[in-house]
Amino acid sequence: MLKVKTPKKGKARRELNKRAPKLVETGKKTLILHGTKTSNVLNSVLTQIYHLKKGSAVKYSRKNADIRPFESGGETSLEFFSLKTDCSIFVFGCHSKKRPDNLVIGRTYDHHVYDLVEVGVENFKSMESFTYDRKLAPKVGSKPFIAFIGEGFENVEELKHLKEVLLDLLKEEVVENLNLAGIDRAIVCTAISSNRVLFTHCALRLRKSGTIVPRMEMVEVGPSMDLVVRRHRLPNESLRKEAMKTAKDHPKKKVKNVSQDSIDGKIGKVYIPNQKVGEMVLPNKSKGVKRERREGRRKNEGDDHASKRQKEDTE
Amino acid sequence: METEQQLHVDLGNLMAFDPHHHFPSLPSSREDLVKECLDQGTKLVQAIADKLFNLPSTEDVDGPIVKLPPPTTRLPREKHLPKPKPPTKWELFAKARGIKKRKKDKIEYDEKTGTWKRHYGYDHANDDDNVPIIDAKMTDEPGEDPFAKRRSDKMKRVEKQEKNRVQNLKQAAKAGALPSHVQLAATALPITGTQAVAKKMTKHELGNVAGLAATATASGGKFDKKLPGEKPAKHKGKHRKFLPAVEGTGIGSQEKEQTDKVLNKLLSKNSHEILNVNKAINMYNVKKEKHRRNKPEKSSASSSKLKPKKKLQKKPLNKGSSKKGKTK
Repeated sequence: MLKVKTPKKGKARRELNKRAPKLVETGKKTLILHGTKTSNVLNSVLTQIYHLKKGSAVKYSRKNADIRPFESGGETSLEFFSLKTDCSIFVFGCHSKKRPDNLVIGRTYDHHVYDLVEVGVENFKSMESFTYDRKLAPKVGSKPFIAFIGEGFENVEELKHLKEVLLDLLKEEVVENLNLAGIDRAIVCTAISSNRVLFTHCALRLRKSGTIVPRMEMVEVGPSMDLVVRRHRLPNESLRKEAMKTAKDHPKKKVKNVSQDSIDGKIGKVYIPNQKVGEMVLPNKSKGVKRERREGRRKNEGDDHASKRQKEDTE
Repeated sequence: METEQQLHVDLGNLMAFDPHHHFPSLPSSREDLVKECLDQGTKLVQAIADKLFNLPSTEDVDGPIVKLPPPTTRLPREKHLPKPKPPTKWELFAKARGIKKRKKDKIEYDEKTGTWKRHYGYDHANDDDNVPIIDAKMTDEPGEDPFAKRRSDKMKRVEKQEKNRVQNLKQAAKAGALPSHVQLAATALPITGTQAVAKKMTKHELGNVAGLAATATASGGKFDKKLPGEKPAKHKGKHRKFLPAVEGTGIGSQEKEQTDKVLNKLLSKNSHEILNVNKAINMYNVKKEKHRRNKPEKSSASSSKLKPKKKLQKKPLNKGSSKKGKTK
């Protein structure tokens, strides 16, 4: 008979249920990987993307010789890593003579490569090279403002694709409620030419303007770089259709212990555990109240008489 | 206001997009370029903030909280939509019969002890397996332990239920709706919700595919190098051959020969089935009956010569009686 394996502990089960396909998805995780060779620039680019995405990213530090996302057969281990880490966006850096400082950003659907964009990194300036007031430094995991500038993002196919991938990579989890006090960063992507995008990360300073809306001021905090689009692969049309499906009706969470009454209106039930009066802890826990002592005293009343008297005498 | 209308603002993602900006001439120095980009960026960010800060907010200890609208930019899903679980065999049966689930009380009255106990689990109420004496019945087989029988019956029921459960899980796996924490042991892949059940290719299937792949050259695989241990392709060229059905000599007679051969083989193989014993006995009986029916006519019409002959035949049959006569 076929054996059924289930996790032994509840924690493992919960962890697996987190990975199950959901009607409404929460957020994508990012996997950051190296190729066989990576330049210094690329190493710091990958680290800083990891810093930007901290909390929802996994960074691998080993070299991966058999990952070549654009070639057939080169995505096997990538898909395996995606499955293992439950990441659906990957950023893969590799450096070669033909394609120096190469960055492949891609997404997966059902742990299979969905689409790919290859960009070269130029004019890289790291976070450390910027000097600014440290009080302004953005907090980890805050939701960024994202700005795309330039007609290239609409007219040029590669840039249009890059925009979608960058948005998916940079946007944090979709939230319903946002704390306005937590706004502290913005990412600006500008299409300079038909294949070049300037990418900068800025901190936001909210200045008073006299109205409810504060005046925004941007302070560059890095990283900043030029992304030169090289190769890209759009998703399969049928796959795209499949991946764009959304749940029509959001499942309503069952409301427990609340009912409606025509006369009384809304009625709520509150459960209170049994009051065990006998086991209740008394606030006064002095020694004299303890039962054994009292009983003991009563038992030995005759014997102790003399000593007690003596004590009284001494007092 | 005009510029704001041209902007695409997606408040759910806090994203703004200016599709109309165009650099008239690229600034020569890097600083100028970055500065201009930042200026443009500030405008966009301001546009988002205008909308964001005008949303109705609720005050909280940590700051004002606004409710964001859902994102308008459509992005692909990470995993497929969850598939509905197929109904189990019991659920199908219950639906066909109109059986409804009804809620049982967690506790029930235990008649033996006169207390309320859970209706399931350890020390439950009205436990059939936990009785000291079982009344003997007329139908009981001697030498059988009724306690052991109850225990083994229960074991069997539990096993059957487990079998049903696995069967239902298999069905769910086929529909791709296996619960994410369950892994059927035949698939040794890491468990996730989306992993489809891997189909293992058999040795035969692999061999066939390899054979097909080998013939996919211009020469049909004739001049290819054979790998060590590679078998020749199973089907080369024509798959079926038909002989001419017209009778004649040589090749013309081969068709008949072939059919005869097949027929003979079949006949020889099933020769023991050709004799239908029941039918044969029936036929024999019918024949005998007919014979008997015909006989009285014959005897009446027969010559007197036959009669003593018959007596002679009967004699050995009535040997005992004749002997008796002799002794008398």
